[in-house]
Amino acid sequence: MKDYKELQAELAETGYIAEGSLAMALTLATEIHRPLLLEGEAGVGKTDIARALAALLGTRLIRLQCYEGLDANATLYEWNYQRQLLSIRAREATEGADSAESLEKHIFSEDYLLRRPLLEAISQLEPPVLLIDEIDRADEEFEAFLLELLADYQVTVPELGTIEAVSIPHVILTSNGTRALSDALRRRCLYSFVDYPDAEKERAILAARMPEIDAELARRIVGFVQQLRREDLEKVPGIAETLDWATALVGLRVDKLEDNLELLQASLICLLKTEADQRAIVPEVTRRLLGKVA
Amino acid sequence: MTETGEIDALPGPRERMRGFIAHLRLNGFTLGPSETALALDIVGRLERPTPDGVRAALKVALSGCREDWERFDDLFPVYWFGEGVKRATVLRGENTSTPKRARPALWDKVLPPEESVGRPIGAAAQAAGGSDAEEDTDAPSAPHRIAADRRDSLFKTDLREIAAKEDIAEAERVAERLAKAMRYRLSRRRKPSARGRSLDLRRTIRRNIAHGGEPVDLLRRTRPDRPVRVVVLLDVSGSMKLYSRYFLLFVRGLLSRWMRADAYLFHTRLVRVTEALTDKDPFRALAKLSLMIEGFGGGTRIAGALADFNARYAKEAIDSRTVVVILSDGYDTEAPEDLARELKRLRTRARRIVWLNPLLGWKDYEPVARGMAAALPHIDHFAAANSLQALAALEPELAAI
Repeated sequence: MKDYKELQAELAETGYIAEGSLAMALTLATEIHRPLLLEGEAGVGKTDIARALAALLGTRLIRLQCYEGLDANATLYEWNYQRQLLSIRAREATEGADSAESLEKHIFSEDYLLRRPLLEAISQLEPPVLLIDEIDRADEEFEAFLLELLADYQVTVPELGTIEAVSIPHVILTSNGTRALSDALRRRCLYSFVDYPDAEKERAILAARMPEIDAELARRIVGFVQQLRREDLEKVPGIAETLDWATALVGLRVDKLEDNLELLQASLICLLKTEADQRAIVPEVTRRLLGKVA
Repeated sequence: MTETGEIDALPGPRERMRGFIAHLRLNGFTLGPSETALALDIVGRLERPTPDGVRAALKVALSGCREDWERFDDLFPVYWFGEGVKRATVLRGENTSTPKRARPALWDKVLPPEESVGRPIGAAAQAAGGSDAEEDTDAPSAPHRIAADRRDSLFKTDLREIAAKEDIAEAERVAERLAKAMRYRLSRRRKPSARGRSLDLRRTIRRNIAHGGEPVDLLRRTRPDRPVRVVVLLDVSGSMKLYSRYFLLFVRGLLSRWMRADAYLFHTRLVRVTEALTDKDPFRALAKLSLMIEGFGGGTRIAGALADFNARYAKEAIDSRTVVVILSDGYDTEAPEDLARELKRLRTRARRIVWLNPLLGWKDYEPVARGMAAALPHIDHFAAANSLQALAALEPELAAI
């Protein structure tokens, strides 16, 4: 098995700065072919991990976004009804009536099958990265169905028979904790909790994503966001917010945060995403936080 | 894999790993024999197994949730290096042994010291599993014993009185009727149905192949019903004393009838009691609860309790088909604006908020308690609940949800 530090370094090259524990989780997941469950607040970069892993392995990323009411049809396969109907008509016109059996065989062949993400993921020659995003949004029925798929890696289509996985995908599940997941799913998966990065890590992320940014400004930006996360907020800014804010500040040609407090206050809309939070962080608070950074 | 083979051949590491899994299990991890094999496999695969590397790998493999994740780094050295065994029990007491973890701090005032209790109560029994299960059968009456020690408590005697069989039955019957009344809302999923609104193309085409693809029989789909979830927040402060015992029974009835229900008690603080309430033995459940209620003290902090709920539990406990039922008289010792703000936050998550106020059943009652007045705009349904009859009368209201 590869050393996880190698993977960590390789991920850093693709622009993803991972904690050691996360690199270990990814190494294990690819090595023993177990799904990896990532939990953490919104905006800590859970989805990006899958993207980085796919880039690193040089394979496809297949993404399934979960939502309430998601069902097997939307995730596995669907028949292409329009084509099926057309084909029936076309055959009537050209060759006269087919026997029912041969027609059935024809229109229920793989040509007419629309592959949805889960079926797509197990039919790839090269194992892809399958990202099942926000599994906690789907309901329990779907979770149970998914568990079955992750155990056998095969899908049964009544008209076609059982389709075995061509390759076992690297499965990454993410959850924001809006619903408790079942113990069965948790036991089936490797687990990693992704927290907000510490200041050093966040500076590294900022440097990796925005190489052009001034180091001192980057230090201040990260320091400010780190302070802000300690305030009592409804929606704590994530890494994406930090990057947005840094982009905005660079775009506004801000060199020092404390130069133009009015502009700084206005730019906080990049970080504060609810009305209550915007009201809570008044200019005085901003100034206090700035003071702690300097 | 060769390394794994070597490990298998040696009884030592294998036994040690089994011991480690047992150690984690005792600390509340959900693990079984298959995890022992998994852990050995993983350790065998590490090329240069350093203590940190092994810890990181096992952490990923054996944790199942955030709580496990955060405690793993403390538990690992305790077992493998024997270090901090003492320190862990003294300094990080609640982290390292199940009985302590299962006992919320607020019980400390109420319960006698652990040693004299004999065995832990509550979630500890479930969490420990395995060997503890046998103990369970030996001492099923342990909670009663605790209760008996403290017979002088007026509160407990009250609960004893209400715990007469017919009262429990009545409360559960009412709860069941209410549960039925608000059980379903529509789902976004669809299922086959004879009289649905939308066509089921997959089944229609398959069925009509025999007609040469001509859609003669149309098959339909409809939205199935889905159960509503219920979250109950029960005020057990002094001013609610006369009513909270009825409500407890009622809430217990709801919990046992519903697929997804959650119960919380509050007073000056909030505590989740779903597990304690769902104990199969009603007497034991009530004994546990009366202990929990006693632990509370002082005036009511409805807004504080709601804020606590919003911050800690709401995300997980509430979804778009959740009805929140608050049982309280609205006498709050805090600023009414706080209550309004927290209710507003709760309202953005929950489908509906129902406030049951026992005082409303009194003649001439006006919701003049300042807190209550501030709360009213954010409540969907405000009703009396001073008796089981009044609760039963709610049925038509809740059926409209």
